[in-house]
Amino acid sequence: MKKDAEFYQRDRTWHPPALTPDYKTSVARSPRNALISLENTVGDVTGPVFGHDDIGEGDNDLLHNFAAPGESAIGERIILHGRVMDENARPVAGTLVEIWQANAGGRYRHRKDAYFAPIDPNFGGCGRVITDEDGYFYFRTVKPGAYPWRNTINAWRPAHIHLSIFGTGFAQRLITQCYFEGDPLIPRCPIVGSLPDPEAVERLTATLDMNATIPLDSIAYRFDIVLRGRRSTLFENRLEGN
Amino acid sequence: MARKLDYLRETPSQTAGPFVHIGLAPKAAGFDIFERELGEDIAGPNAAGERIRVEGLVIDGTGSPVKDALLEVWQANADGFYAHPDGGGPVEERFRGWGRVITDFDTGEWAFDTVKPGPTPGRNGAAQAPHLNLWIVARGINIGLSTRIYFSDEEAANAADPVLNGIEWANRRPTLIAARKMRGDAPVYRFDVRLQGEDETVFFDI
Repeated sequence: MKKDAEFYQRDRTWHPPALTPDYKTSVARSPRNALISLENTVGDVTGPVFGHDDIGEGDNDLLHNFAAPGESAIGERIILHGRVMDENARPVAGTLVEIWQANAGGRYRHRKDAYFAPIDPNFGGCGRVITDEDGYFYFRTVKPGAYPWRNTINAWRPAHIHLSIFGTGFAQRLITQCYFEGDPLIPRCPIVGSLPDPEAVERLTATLDMNATIPLDSIAYRFDIVLRGRRSTLFENRLEGN
Repeated sequence: MARKLDYLRETPSQTAGPFVHIGLAPKAAGFDIFERELGEDIAGPNAAGERIRVEGLVIDGTGSPVKDALLEVWQANADGFYAHPDGGGPVEERFRGWGRVITDFDTGEWAFDTVKPGPTPGRNGAAQAPHLNLWIVARGINIGLSTRIYFSDEEAANAADPVLNGIEWANRRPTLIAARKMRGDAPVYRFDVRLQGEDETVFFDI
């Protein structure tokens, strides 16, 4: 059997560069030296393994995972679903996907968020799930609201959900944000604008998916995730000890 | 035109933003939601090896501590094995080797307790000095930063480490070495991450 080995190199021209001056916070937080390129070693092709003991049954239901019994979060009820795959189009099964977001009014449940849109007492704003054998995942939640931030005095973030994904090796570790089809704030956002390629913006825009709605209950958005793919050890370029 | 290859492209990264705690460390955000918060216990109770604390700041280009960062560590156990099917060998029960911490909202200090890892195999048979893999995300960081924490008391192993030696600028190598001191009986390593400016930490494209 061919064993999985190291990851394809990350295409850094496709990801946002460290320094994106229109997104002001990046200016003082971006390294100025070039990254040092490393070949993968064992600590890069391995990563933490999560099981169903690590999370709770309803952790992916943000409508209810922080709500009082019999109540649920306020807002437009949505399903966010998709598959985690690698660049070889193979499903990434059993991997942890975590999300966090503002409530329907654009307010985060966070001690540092002072926006005056109210906290929803029945909404925490975080969820997590482990992908099934096909790499599939879903969350139930509310569509987050847009909110102002101080990048400029009239800056508004488009509605978005943050996602954190692990994969099978630590070199696949990824955090991103998912936007929603049709939002006019997307092209105005400097964080979205940190992406050099318009196609990358499209990739982060979830698509309305009428086939996955729950009729008379929730509409659905599809958001597929692709993690770095692995070489197979067809040739003798494999890692020592792997 | 040649036929197109049908590889998919990686999902592009976006910053974790200022409220990363809600998703990855909700207790720090100020609320209790999950029965188990992940990443609090790196080594577990059964791990062999020296118990250590690693602590520091994340410092931005103005010299100010970053107070909204999240750091993840991924490490081998004292035998040099990772808790993964391809990790090289067995690890102690409940040794996960992975954890996450946040920088303090007021001081920017972060710290985690773990065991000191052993050396691990590198490429082409070269041993790698004991190290922790570190991944840093925060508002203003557009794609997670990868670096390594080596240990100041591993001078010989560090001097032979292929990754440290692969850094062309020898004067930058010490940015990856945590300084050991004793606090009472407990070994504590100091590792300040400098995102930018003088003594900028070496970050890797892995």
